[in-house]
Amino acid sequence: MSSTLPPASAGTPKIRLRGLKKTFGTKKVLDGVDLDVQAGQGMVILGGSGSGKSVTIKSILGLIQPDAGTIEIDGRDVLSMNRREREALNDRIGMLFQNAALFDSLPVWENVCFKLLAQKRITRAKARDKAGEILNQVGLDGSVGDLSPSELSGGMQKRVGLARAIATQPDIIFFDEPTTGLDPIMGAVIDGLIVDCVKKLGATAVSITHDMASARRIGDTAAMIHKGRIVWTGPAATLGDTGNAMVDQFARGEREGPISMELRK
Amino acid sequence: MQYLLNFLAAIGRSVLGLCRGAGAIALFAVEGVSHLVRPPFYPRLIGRAFVEIAYFSLPVVSLTAVFTGMVLALQSYSGFSRFGAESAVANVVVLSITRELGPVLAGLMVAGRIGASFAAEIGTMRVTDQIDALTTLSTNPMKYLVAPRLLAGALAMPLLVVVADILGVMGGWLIGTAKLGFGSASYLNSTLNFLEPMDVISGLVKAAVFGFLVALMGSYHGYNSKGGAQGVGAATTAAVVSSSILILALDYVLTEMFFSR
Repeated sequence: MSSTLPPASAGTPKIRLRGLKKTFGTKKVLDGVDLDVQAGQGMVILGGSGSGKSVTIKSILGLIQPDAGTIEIDGRDVLSMNRREREALNDRIGMLFQNAALFDSLPVWENVCFKLLAQKRITRAKARDKAGEILNQVGLDGSVGDLSPSELSGGMQKRVGLARAIATQPDIIFFDEPTTGLDPIMGAVIDGLIVDCVKKLGATAVSITHDMASARRIGDTAAMIHKGRIVWTGPAATLGDTGNAMVDQFARGEREGPISMELRK
Repeated sequence: MQYLLNFLAAIGRSVLGLCRGAGAIALFAVEGVSHLVRPPFYPRLIGRAFVEIAYFSLPVVSLTAVFTGMVLALQSYSGFSRFGAESAVANVVVLSITRELGPVLAGLMVAGRIGASFAAEIGTMRVTDQIDALTTLSTNPMKYLVAPRLLAGALAMPLLVVVADILGVMGGWLIGTAKLGFGSASYLNSTLNFLEPMDVISGLVKAAVFGFLVALMGSYHGYNSKGGAQGVGAATTAAVVSSSILILALDYVLTEMFFSR
């Protein structure tokens, strides 16, 4: 049940979490999360609903302030950073939200180039063409850029969300349930795009999911979070046959096992 | 004894909640305003919010002003005729409109239109993770969503009230000349002769304060909404109710400041 973190001599991890704790009201969501993500690695965090995986990545992104613990990126403690340093760090981070979280008041091309435009790294005239190029990378036609997000299907929204996440060529990308709400084929397409984009950028990817097929496709390493703690880490390819009863029950989707659903009978 | 303690505790909790709410809104306002003086600025968003408030609220504010002026002329005529002071109708209409009814009624109308729309839009962005997405895209949501709206509210409302003042007076003139037997020139003369710059200026200052307030309450309640569609609905209601009450309360305070001797 103990997490199998690499030894300290393995070099500074890209992301290092130690003793991360967060409580909402009386509910303890994170109860001492320890996790290392190596540079260039695809880390998949698995866990059931309410296990704390979303809160973990929101804490890393600075969207939630943890109650205790440390978060280091490239060896630097991000929780002690001032606002300017934090914003500079966010420049190197991309995020694909579960429901894509596209800005529905803006056309697709402005969504894709939002960060480039916000930082005045590109003019509005050039941003349209740039958005077309990035949309092509995620398998969409450049003409999609003129549509409003509400005119797109779920799969297309995810792809636009991915385009927005990779537009500034970040070196860390987070994926929150990238295949949720998609049919299996579209899920595989999105996973393929994620793997391609991350490989092309040479980025470190952290994904949270409870879709096992997706986890095996996009992850090099997997970590299982349960009741606010990391209970296992290991190669994503071994999921379903890890020898850890908790992970194997979760991976196979079995009702009986060490993880019990708190259902009222 | 226990009932009395429970009763007092309930009052205490309400007062503390009120203070907490007021403090949170004040901090939100200060943070919003502080982003107006620190780059980057978003002139496009300020322009969009300005058009939304000033241009698209024009029909509803205009209609309100015209009918208010008309009713005011009728009412003051029927009241003043009891002691032979019919000639004061034009003065009453212009003073009531410029000092009070123009800014207050325009404020209430804009609270309904804009306060609700800001709360619903920002609230929906909150519950669909769009505000979190802004942060991950290196954009401060307060600077991007709130500050432009606050500035646009404070700038657009005085313009709306200038229009409301003119149309309200014209509404009174219409009834005065068409129904109450005033001469057109004499009605307009009495309107202008008794009007002092302070009457209009005080109304415009009120308008700027009310515009800021409506944008603030809409943004605050939207920004802090929780829990999906129901949360957004609650935020919208809270935005309209709180801004309407604050407009009426602050109207008294501002009137006291301008006109008490």
